[in-house]
Amino acid sequence: MADNKFAAYLCAGCGLGDVLDIDGLEKIAKREGKMQVVKHHDFLCSAAGVQMIRDDIANEGISHLMIGACSRRAKTEAFNFPGVSMARANLREGVIWIVAEGAAHDEVRQEMADDYVRMGCAELKKMLLPAGSTERGTNKRILVVGGGVSGLTAAIEAAETGYQVVLVEKSSALGGWATKLWKRVPYQHPYAEPQTTGIEELIARVNLHPAISVHLNATLAETAGAPGRFAVKIAQESGTVVQEMVGAIIQASGFSSYDMARLPELGAGLPGVVDQAGLEALAQAARGGAIQRADGQVVQSVVFVQCAGQRDATGAHLSYCSGHCCATSVKQAMYFKDANPDIDTVVLYTDLRLPGMSEDFYRSAQRKGVTFTKGKVSQVKAQGTGCAVDFRDLILDEDATVNADLVVLATGQVPNSGVNIDLSEDQQPEVKPVSILNLTYRQGKDLPQLKAGLTDSHFICFPYETRRTGIYAAGPVRRPMDMQQATDDATGAALKAIQVVENAMLGRAAHPRSGDLSYPIVRLEGCTQCKRCTVECPFGAIDEDERRFPVFNESRCRRCGTCMGACPVRVISFENYSVDTVGSQIKSLDMPDEFSERPRILLLACENDAYPALDMAGLSRTVYSAFVRAIPVRCLGSVNTIWITDALNSGWDGVMMMGCKKGDDYQCHFVKGSELAHYRMSKIDDTLKGMGLEPERVASYEVAITDHQRVAALINDYAEKIKELGMSPMKGFN
Amino acid sequence: MEKLPTTHMTASAGNTAASTRYHNNFLKEVEANVEDGQWVKMCMQCGVCAGSCPLGPHWEHTPQKLFMMIRAGKREEVLKSDSMWMCTSCYNCMARCPRKLPITHIVHGLAAYAHQVGLARKKQSTRFFSVLFWNNCVKTGRLNELKLTMGLYFKDGFMAGLKQAWVMRDSGRQLMMAKRLNPFELFGGHRCKDAKGITAMLKAARQIEEQQRRAAS
Repeated sequence: MADNKFAAYLCAGCGLGDVLDIDGLEKIAKREGKMQVVKHHDFLCSAAGVQMIRDDIANEGISHLMIGACSRRAKTEAFNFPGVSMARANLREGVIWIVAEGAAHDEVRQEMADDYVRMGCAELKKMLLPAGSTERGTNKRILVVGGGVSGLTAAIEAAETGYQVVLVEKSSALGGWATKLWKRVPYQHPYAEPQTTGIEELIARVNLHPAISVHLNATLAETAGAPGRFAVKIAQESGTVVQEMVGAIIQASGFSSYDMARLPELGAGLPGVVDQAGLEALAQAARGGAIQRADGQVVQSVVFVQCAGQRDATGAHLSYCSGHCCATSVKQAMYFKDANPDIDTVVLYTDLRLPGMSEDFYRSAQRKGVTFTKGKVSQVKAQGTGCAVDFRDLILDEDATVNADLVVLATGQVPNSGVNIDLSEDQQPEVKPVSILNLTYRQGKDLPQLKAGLTDSHFICFPYETRRTGIYAAGPVRRPMDMQQATDDATGAALKAIQVVENAMLGRAAHPRSGDLSYPIVRLEGCTQCKRCTVECPFGAIDEDERRFPVFNESRCRRCGTCMGACPVRVISFENYSVDTVGSQIKSLDMPDEFSERPRILLLACENDAYPALDMAGLSRTVYSAFVRAIPVRCLGSVNTIWITDALNSGWDGVMMMGCKKGDDYQCHFVKGSELAHYRMSKIDDTLKGMGLEPERVASYEVAITDHQRVAALINDYAEKIKELGMSPMKGFN
Repeated sequence: MEKLPTTHMTASAGNTAASTRYHNNFLKEVEANVEDGQWVKMCMQCGVCAGSCPLGPHWEHTPQKLFMMIRAGKREEVLKSDSMWMCTSCYNCMARCPRKLPITHIVHGLAAYAHQVGLARKKQSTRFFSVLFWNNCVKTGRLNELKLTMGLYFKDGFMAGLKQAWVMRDSGRQLMMAKRLNPFELFGGHRCKDAKGITAMLKAARQIEEQQRRAAS
């Protein structure tokens, strides 16, 4: 500690100097914050202001900086001082922009600023400069699991960016489903005609690329390790097992077609009924000529039944839309129309979903005379040598029947995602799925599934990023998609894999806190082996050793701090974010007494969504209660209950917590953090009762980044409630 | 306007037996015989036309439904519908159609075709008026207003016509005094200057129409 030198810099710009007593703040930083150097500047983020700080770092040996200016989310480029620890007191967005204007509010405004300076100094005192994890990656190779369009694209993209690639394919040939297609949905202007798949060229590029080694007829017998140093055992057909070291894994295990046999009401098993994959086989056999059924009958009329066993609300079939089938049926109808315009082609749909350029493709099919009918099919039965399709015409609102030689069912995609690790042993399906990755993680053999067996962590916000750092899902295993989307997906996943290997080499976090050098440090001598950290880690980063102590795989860690929030004995911390950095802020306040009528409300706000929303409330000059003091947290999951009890014990009148949306459609950046925090807080009532406090003294909220008006309303409502409850009786005991 | 190919015509065109419902037969017939009929297949069933029609609630079928019925092969129902006779040519549907279908023209074309094949309803009032108007003016090359009015008065029988004439007697007398109505027009009436020319022009138009129809099929 001898080398540490603490400094506080206060900004008087942006109106701060006009409404705040900067001299008073300086005194607080000096006397209470124990800062050795305290300075202010009229325009701290200007070149001159920043230079002043740089000079002090160089000349005075400042190791710790407290900047009292704008939000920590503003001016990050100006206030970027590598090699020193920094805390920010949010005096602009957090104080002067949200406290009502005018001299009547001078006192509360100044009190708020004083407290933020105290809190900034207290936090800074407990901060250390992160050194980066010593658990570094050793290997930048990328393993691709699956040799379909997604896998091949991921392999070629990674290889052409300069990374070595190992590609493992279960079957005896590369190409996957694409080799089974006669043509593909167009991906180039004018989006009017089916195009050749181009899969042979892609396979040839992969086979010829010097940086890609391909294992055919091979599966993964075991996957162990962490980003930058996965040890993978590849089981060959011959029975031999090869071990390869890789830095990241892209799982592109693709999809299976939904089993048509489960749709007897739609004529499965009749000679005139096929699924879309079956029709591709017939079209490949016809090679552009007249398409015949498998029994040789020439097809003069064909009906396409969309959403067969999909978008099913009863739970019997697939609940989701596979996305590609409408365009695929349009394409397949063209197979017939292009061979013979006299063939009657009818597409029966409930909603025709042809996004993007597929609209042009749809129009092209209409031009060719394909009939599109909005109708819900109830039954397909044999009729003569063909079929009769009974349906409800949803435009004419009547029951109707259409006859056809051939009926094509659009059955959709089922992801090949391996074992569902969230099911217990006796919940597993009768036919046990074969594991794809065979992970040695304590959390299970395969990637966790998001919903409906799809392997992802968030379809929109963080695609490819599964809940296993360093392993990325690409293509239809992640969500249903067509070839074009799978190509884009694979490229994205390849970039993610590159991101993780590069960060792992430097001992940094991969994402979403990309480049973060801090990592969880555990004092094992204090650990009680309760396993809460290992169980609650949303990313399976923590294993257990044979003595049941946690083993932190730092390069698998996302640095959310959920383990820190979970730990009942508080032995887990980060160098710059710990139970102490927040706890000391909570205890640093100048707490007004019970009769002051000035309550203090602690607001623990998730830095990803809630804190930006608070900043935006400031930006739009939305006034909220000046009795609140906000502390950003990495994730609500990192909130340790000791902070709550400490706050209440030190006389805070209420604690608000704002995290992201939890549950099935979560928005939490760390998947489970917000959910775990809300769960923990649901159990805090007993603690409050023991302290003789009302349960309303602690409240948690789900907040989205767009809720800037709502956060202010929530704060004001809560301040009103605290007023009703009265001041905390816990004041003055510390 | 975009040129559209015509759906291929087969020998069985016009057959609306249950076994060929939703097949292209009637669509092909419409494309071959109805003005702008080749646009029917481009309808995407969004329903904007149905929602835009000021007379919508008074039709049997909206344009959206008519187009769907054509594709469903419901020949009789389409051609016997009163819908196309209710169109006031306000062009709202056509202005709003996101697929740019010439809906108003198609609807008029359907009316003409229904009339041509003799399936249009005889007593449908706008159709009755249209036929009366047309026959009236092609005969002499100019409209004989008195005959047209009389035709409408007596469409529901002799007594009904007399009653209507009695109701309108004041208007008639005033029109005569203002020299806007000549009762002698009932007997023959006068012709336009070149009635023969009109007849020849209409004949030529019919020939062009025939040629176009043959070319389309």
